[in-house]
Amino acid sequence: MKELLVRRLSLPARTAGLLVTLGLAALADPPAPPPAPLPTLGAVAQEGIQVPKPPFSEGIFPCSSCHDGKSMKVNPQRRELTGMHGDIVLNHGPESRWCLDCHDPANRDRLRLASGERIGFDTSYQLCGQCHGDKFRDWRVGVHGKRTGSWNGAKQYLLCVNCHNPHSPRFQALKPMPPPTRPEQIQARKGGAR
Amino acid sequence: MTAQEPIQPAEGCASSTPGGGSRREFLGTAVAAVATALTGCGKLSHEEFLQHNFRELSKDEVRDVIARLEREYKEKYGREVKVTNTAPLPGVIFGYALDLSRCIGCRRCVHACVKENNQSRSPEVQWIRVLELEKEEGVNLQHADQYYDPAEVPREGHFYMPVQCQQCKKPPCVKVCPVGATWREKDGITVVDYNWCIGCRYCMAACPYGARHFNWGEPNLPPDQVNPDTHYLGNRPRPKGVVEKCTFCIQRTRKGLYPACVEICPTGSRKFGNLLDKTSEIRYVLENKRVFKLKEELNTQPNFFYFYGV
Ligand code: SF4
Ligand code: SF4
Repeated sequence: MKELLVRRLSLPARTAGLLVTLGLAALADPPAPPPAPLPTLGAVAQEGIQVPKPPFSEGIFPCSSCHDGKSMKVNPQRRELTGMHGDIVLNHGPESRWCLDCHDPANRDRLRLASGERIGFDTSYQLCGQCHGDKFRDWRVGVHGKRTGSWNGAKQYLLCVNCHNPHSPRFQALKPMPPPTRPEQIQARKGGAR
Repeated sequence: MTAQEPIQPAEGCASSTPGGGSRREFLGTAVAAVATALTGCGKLSHEEFLQHNFRELSKDEVRDVIARLEREYKEKYGREVKVTNTAPLPGVIFGYALDLSRCIGCRRCVHACVKENNQSRSPEVQWIRVLELEKEEGVNLQHADQYYDPAEVPREGHFYMPVQCQQCKKPPCVKVCPVGATWREKDGITVVDYNWCIGCRYCMAACPYGARHFNWGEPNLPPDQVNPDTHYLGNRPRPKGVVEKCTFCIQRTRKGLYPACVEICPTGSRKFGNLLDKTSEIRYVLENKRVFKLKEELNTQPNFFYFYGV
């Protein structure tokens, strides 16, 4: 998924614009099948910031296909999840935080701000920004987080959750790419230095 | 600094100077012979030998030079290589800022740069060097390691500082070049005319950032890895014996794109834009963050800044 995102982001800005249009068209007219293999961008969120789609696990959204409020009742009890979502490690202030602080109990396809206002997953940065106001401010002006595209034109942002797993937000360690060759390891080569 | 290969004595170069008919042909061969004598081996065409400094060429001459280069690249790499000559954008001076609190030293930038800018692959010439530094020591270059290679980065107790050409407003490399083969463009990018550079390496000695690299051998660039979108003053394939350096991806940035290192960086540590544009992210960084310049005391006045995003 990460790979895909990165590749999607390196699309020239013009193509990206077109894709946004396609994405919006698909939203406005649900029965029309979206052009499946084309990478679609998410909504143009407020402030005109273009963001990609949130990185859901395969087949998990909409959440309401299980959490429909009928066959599965809301259980507000803090507990260890065993049946489903066992893969989620809550390493984001686990003492004070719990699923339903962010996920709306009544409508699981939405997130819930402290004010009670419900928002979509594609504007999840509003939720993050409630606590991380300084990062949010920097992100909005393009200083925290990654921007690609054009320095004097259309830019593509990432959502907070494209880099930080919301349940365990620390940036993942990476394997570094190869270091430079040490001088003593350079081999004389045909056509090389003479 | 590019590592040094052992230098072997020059081998004799077979010079082919067939006897000729007309005076014109004779002059042509004579020039070619002089070129051969001067450059060691007869790889230089006599058009190239006669070519002037890029800044002195007329529009027509530039067109001819570019056509010749494209022809030569086609012969050499068996594919179309486009050489452009895009001028600086008016009202633009490029600035770069790197967030030291975010960089994790993954070297994605280093290798994206090599691919984008057609550097020699073996030994690989790298324009960006990422230094691993100790948090306890701070920015202390005596404690810097560029060869770090753990299984995962960032390493406990360390931070990372990528160094590349700082695009100085007072570039010492330009000052020392005896032939005027390197200069600062209007948008603040210091460039090299590879066809005018004599390979004396004075500029490498003068640069306090180790940002200039010398092609000790014929650059080893496999044809299938050539990036065919090039700029005369940037990433076009270089010959042996010339100096090269980061140009903020002149071939991309003059078209409005971000440099390759900005595009690839997974942590978003790299910020780029127009210093003259009050609304640019680069201006926001300069006005709102703690910013420093590397080796500021040398008064090179870089347009490359380091900052702490937290
Ligand atoms: S790609 Fe970004 S995080 Fe990785 S070494 Fe380069 S600047 Fe640092
Ligand atoms: S190596 Fe080339 S660019 Fe550098 S000082 Fe010598 S002639 Fe000038």
